[in-house]
Amino acid sequence: MLTIASLKKGQRAIIKEFSIDVVPLKLLEMGCLPGNEIALVQTAPFQDPLYLNINGSHLAIRKETAAQIEIELIP
Amino acid sequence: MAKQINVALIGNPNTGKTSVFNRLTGLNQKVGNYPGITVEKKQGTCTLSRSLKAHIIDLPGTYSLNASSLDENVVIELLLNKNDKDFPDVAIVVSEIENLKRNLLLFTQIKDLGIPTILAVNMADRMERKAISLDVERLEQKLETKIALISSRKNTGFDTLKELITNHATISTKPCLNASAIAPEYFDRLRKVFPNQDLYKLWLVITQDVNFGKLERKELQGVASFKTESESTLKRLQQKETIARYQFINGVLKETLTIDTANAKDLRSRLDRVLIHKVWGYFIFFGILLLMFQAIFDWSSYPMDFIDSTFASLSEWMKTTLPPGDFTNLIAEGIIPGLGGIVIFIPQIAFLFFFISILEESGYMSRVVFLMDRIMRRFGLSGKSVVPLVSGTACAIPAIMATRNIENWKERLITILVTPFTTCSARLPVYLIIIALVIPEGRVLGIFSYQGLTLMFLYLLGFGAAIFSAYLLDKILKIKTKTFFVVEMPNYKLPMPKNVLITVIEKTKSFVLGAGKIILAISIILWVLASYGPGDFNKAEAIVTQENVTNNLSEEELETKIASFKLENSYIGILGKAIEPAVRPLGYDWKIGIALISSFAAREVFVGTLATIYSVGSEDEKTIKNRMAAEVNPVLGTPLFNFASGISLLLFYAFAMQCMSTLAVVKKETNSWKWPMWQLFAMSAIAYVVALGAYQLLK
Repeated sequence: MLTIASLKKGQRAIIKEFSIDVVPLKLLEMGCLPGNEIALVQTAPFQDPLYLNINGSHLAIRKETAAQIEIELIP
Repeated sequence: MAKQINVALIGNPNTGKTSVFNRLTGLNQKVGNYPGITVEKKQGTCTLSRSLKAHIIDLPGTYSLNASSLDENVVIELLLNKNDKDFPDVAIVVSEIENLKRNLLLFTQIKDLGIPTILAVNMADRMERKAISLDVERLEQKLETKIALISSRKNTGFDTLKELITNHATISTKPCLNASAIAPEYFDRLRKVFPNQDLYKLWLVITQDVNFGKLERKELQGVASFKTESESTLKRLQQKETIARYQFINGVLKETLTIDTANAKDLRSRLDRVLIHKVWGYFIFFGILLLMFQAIFDWSSYPMDFIDSTFASLSEWMKTTLPPGDFTNLIAEGIIPGLGGIVIFIPQIAFLFFFISILEESGYMSRVVFLMDRIMRRFGLSGKSVVPLVSGTACAIPAIMATRNIENWKERLITILVTPFTTCSARLPVYLIIIALVIPEGRVLGIFSYQGLTLMFLYLLGFGAAIFSAYLLDKILKIKTKTFFVVEMPNYKLPMPKNVLITVIEKTKSFVLGAGKIILAISIILWVLASYGPGDFNKAEAIVTQENVTNNLSEEELETKIASFKLENSYIGILGKAIEPAVRPLGYDWKIGIALISSFAAREVFVGTLATIYSVGSEDEKTIKNRMAAEVNPVLGTPLFNFASGISLLLFYAFAMQCMSTLAVVKKETNSWKWPMWQLFAMSAIAYVVALGAYQLLK
């Protein structure tokens, strides 16, 4: 399963469906919605947290959350 | 008198909401706490016209009405409670042009509550540079509201905004989203049970239980019993609601907003490349910490010395001007030094908040959280805890105030509780004199002196104690708080001097008015205890003169002897003797007991108190040191300050909570006496046990 946690720097992807039981509502409200485009801007040292660009909004989330969100790479 | 309307400023974090508030109210603002909780309540007034004034509340920043923290809960509690005296006649949703889509989510929720809602689009001055165009008229139609394009930086658009506030009655209160479309069947049932209620409000009340906690619900009684859906179904419905809102917003913005994405390579990516680089990022951050440290440790010592000498001469002047007596003594020796003890902290507080507000305003603080999260989260701390912990090395007072910037209450509380362990500058004089007394001179490998290493060890011990107790507290404290981590990485901005200035003034004021009262009260109590006493105390002069009649002392020598006698027989001296049985196992006598108690005014008072007791008559370090070295333990007949008792004393000072000003600030920041008392007893207990262990092992 491909998730945000497996994105490489500079890669872009589309967010697929995810389960609301594991992904906090706050993340949705900040623009992390199924169908939106996502790119990994940078990772912090030790590869955690991840700095993301989701449809023009910039956020950082922890790897454990990122691993819950499935994506599809944009070639 | 002018009519007054309530205006609520609401918005996402990082939209410049507070700058808008500052522009509207200037210095006509008041910052307090919401009753019973530690969320900051900011309110101010703005004159709209001769007959109309606006009472403006700057509500905590939030991304939506689904609260996940105490701060966000304040927003929804106010907006759902029509009977609150602050309930807004009109709401202004502050948004930012570059994040308009996300900001509109909150806007649609507020508007759906039926409150007239104005949309203020901030940072409009950046539109041209960012190649953004917005069809304001069209957007007003689509959202059925009024829009003001403003720039708090350039101070434009505020006249329009004020006009819109004045004419708020003309704004449509029609909802953006038909809430029942989220789950028709569910909302149908709700409508049947509560025919007279607004469905969206009901929905918010029901889902708040899932998200955060209890809401004031006098108006909506019986809702709690209406819980036919499982938590995860409700969550799914909330997700549906959010998606539906975004669909609405996307539709609206498609026709009104165009962004030329070619300008994407901007300041953000260039700065980020350096500031959060895995090597340079830390270098720069520690460089900034060093600069802050230098400012509060070193630069602030000049104004502090000035304050110190000013209050000393003021006290002297009072003594010579006013007629002698108890009242004069109270003013000159009790109240004035007590006030001085409050004012002395102002330079450090001002410096620290000058830097912190620049870091916050510029957007850099989010990068600090990003860099430090991985390291700090293991100890239950926030990335932002680094700043208080490091500035605690200068003084715990401003450091504890700096924890306000930590959003998560549990992380903030832990930071507040552990910060006093870091070695503050008031411990330094105590450490220096005791190290000089009991640690032998000499060097390890001919380079590092034993004395220097001991001092370094004490600093490390302070940090270690802070980190370790944070780890324990994280395991012990059961506080409901969000467990996930989402941090917005805002655009870099040049800090606005006005905002920085207001923050510095505000923090200083809140310290003086909040914690200052307690500090003054305790310092007067300590002064009374040290300056009055029963029995022999009042005959001190006669007794000491009698005793020394054959010794042929100079007048000065006699006076220091009298001062020493007075202190010994004062209430504080009696207290010191009373605690002697408790401190004897640590290797101390009653004189050190007195010094321990008076250290409560400020740790460095230890040195001065011993000087008075030993009737040295000067605060010169060498003189006191020589006198201390000559002091003999009355029981053992050996030097009182030996290696064992010295180490025991060092450890006691390292761990004990002996600073009333810190307690006062913790009381203010946590809004209860529970935490400072907890801190006082826990830290004192640790100090006692550690010092006891060390003395018994080493003696």
